[in-house]
Amino acid sequence: MEIFGIPSQALFGQLLIGLINGSFYALLSLGLAVIFGLLNIINFSHGAQYMMGAFVAYLALQWFGLNYWLALVISPLVVGAIGMAIERSMLVRLYKLDHLYGLLLTFGLALIIQGLFRNAYGASGMPYAVPEVFTGAIDLGFMFLPKYRAWVIVSSMFVCFSTWFVIERTKLGAYLRAATENPSMVQAFGINVPRMITLTYGFGVGLAALAGVMAAPIYQVSPMMGADIIIVVFAVVVIGGMGSIMGSILSGFGLGLIEGLTKVVYPEASNTVIFVIMAIVLLIKPAGLFGTEK
Amino acid sequence: MNHAVSDSQDMRHQWLVFGLMFAFFAIAPYFIYPVFLMKVMCFALFACAFNLLLGFGGLLSFGHAMFFGTAGYAAAHAAKVWGLTPELSVLFSMLCATLLAWVVGLLAIRRQGIYFAMITLALSQMVYFVYLQTPFTGGEDGIQGVPQGHLFGLIDLSNSSAMYMFVLGVFLIGFALVWRIVHSPFGQVLKAIRENEQRALSLGYDTDRFKLIAFVLSGLVAGMAGGTKALVFQLASLTDVHWSMSGEVVLMTLVGGLGTLFGPVVGAAVIVTMQNYLAQLGSWVTVVQGLIFVVCVMLFRKGVIGEIASLIRKPL
Repeated sequence: MEIFGIPSQALFGQLLIGLINGSFYALLSLGLAVIFGLLNIINFSHGAQYMMGAFVAYLALQWFGLNYWLALVISPLVVGAIGMAIERSMLVRLYKLDHLYGLLLTFGLALIIQGLFRNAYGASGMPYAVPEVFTGAIDLGFMFLPKYRAWVIVSSMFVCFSTWFVIERTKLGAYLRAATENPSMVQAFGINVPRMITLTYGFGVGLAALAGVMAAPIYQVSPMMGADIIIVVFAVVVIGGMGSIMGSILSGFGLGLIEGLTKVVYPEASNTVIFVIMAIVLLIKPAGLFGTEK
Repeated sequence: MNHAVSDSQDMRHQWLVFGLMFAFFAIAPYFIYPVFLMKVMCFALFACAFNLLLGFGGLLSFGHAMFFGTAGYAAAHAAKVWGLTPELSVLFSMLCATLLAWVVGLLAIRRQGIYFAMITLALSQMVYFVYLQTPFTGGEDGIQGVPQGHLFGLIDLSNSSAMYMFVLGVFLIGFALVWRIVHSPFGQVLKAIRENEQRALSLGYDTDRFKLIAFVLSGLVAGMAGGTKALVFQLASLTDVHWSMSGEVVLMTLVGGLGTLFGPVVGAAVIVTMQNYLAQLGSWVTVVQGLIFVVCVMLFRKGVIGEIASLIRKPL
């Protein structure tokens, strides 16, 4: 069977990979957007924290024999806690300065983290086994869908939309949105804004770590796994506009799909297509597809 | 009037330091390995270009390696394939970097602050992938064995002292250009935009145009540095386009002192020296660089020259 002269097997295969990549783009850009909303900094160490998430899962298995499901819970907690320690000890001192310093600090932290892991584990990747429940594939008639990949897509969508729900539809989210608009006013109403900022950073970092655990069985666990993906995620964030939670989710999945499609149609451009789209969006709608001009 | 007096005094101090710097680079090759010094000068010029944008214009470009690396490829291609003389190769590389900066600048200035940094980083990553795939760059190997050629068709630059004088000349011209820009009326407007863009806009300055011109000028000087470096090391490679190079130039400027004239030169010297000593330690270099970033941002935001300048209360 062929669609537009492309074997359907290849087309659906690449679209699936695109959707998988899109899941990670969405999870990561969501974390960036949540952090940016309240802290007004771009968390450059997001990629390193995604890598740490995968490593915590890998090491938990190696050292303590903890399985994938436990890692899925423990890793975001551990990495999130490290993130909160970083926020309390360092980022908190930079809020009064130009926002660029937050970017530079987190860039430096990313270099440290990635360098340390590379010293300890080398540059090559380490395999992480797919959990037993998800070995094998489902026959959909037009293609085989590996069970683990289906799980990643479904669960990341679930995480993304529940985050959206919490922020946009609950009281806790209302506090968060209010603090984004006017922190001193929210503080005057008796809400501990500094603690909220710390927890928000921890949550954003935890999302990155969660993405890392989910990525471990698909890509290999390697110290530089977050270094390049984070640049793509920055482009996704520019395209979607960081003001909107739903925007970053939709553009994450959407751009993953477009990237997958490009791999079938014109493979040479698959590395650059997202950046090209970013350039076009900047020309047409500088604030981003879902963003509003401030 | 008082202001004018202190301004000319400031200029006198800067001339003094400029003289000291010139004297250092003129005498240093008798004591220090010249190739190392040439590397320092190339990176110093690159950092000066970056500082023109961030230190004086307040625009953080996280993709400046694309101009540095593009110029490297352009100079290497011009010298090796077309057989152009060194000065023409460097001029051609500057032209390429300038054109790229113009295109990137048009896109990047449409967003501000943190978005500006992300857009420049993303576009430089795109440029990196393009160079990885196009045949003329030689992919992972880069363009190797670039001939150093004869300056103006006369002076043989494979002679290392002639090459040193050439690099010193390029460095001084580039530095003087940045210096002139900073003290020009254009530079003053740029500083006004850095301090308060809204106010500059309300005073009738077309801030986007000023930012674009600053971006293009910065790309031009970065290209000058990149093209020269390709001739010195006879190599143009992907390393010079990679995002880690963009990070390094940020670090050099930060260590030396943001928004100071001589800071980037000192910062480049510090970082290149550190890389030389730590080269055998492999990825520890990255860790040390990261640590310097963190220390600078947390405790040492003025940088070396910035601290000295505030100590003697003179802009350097």
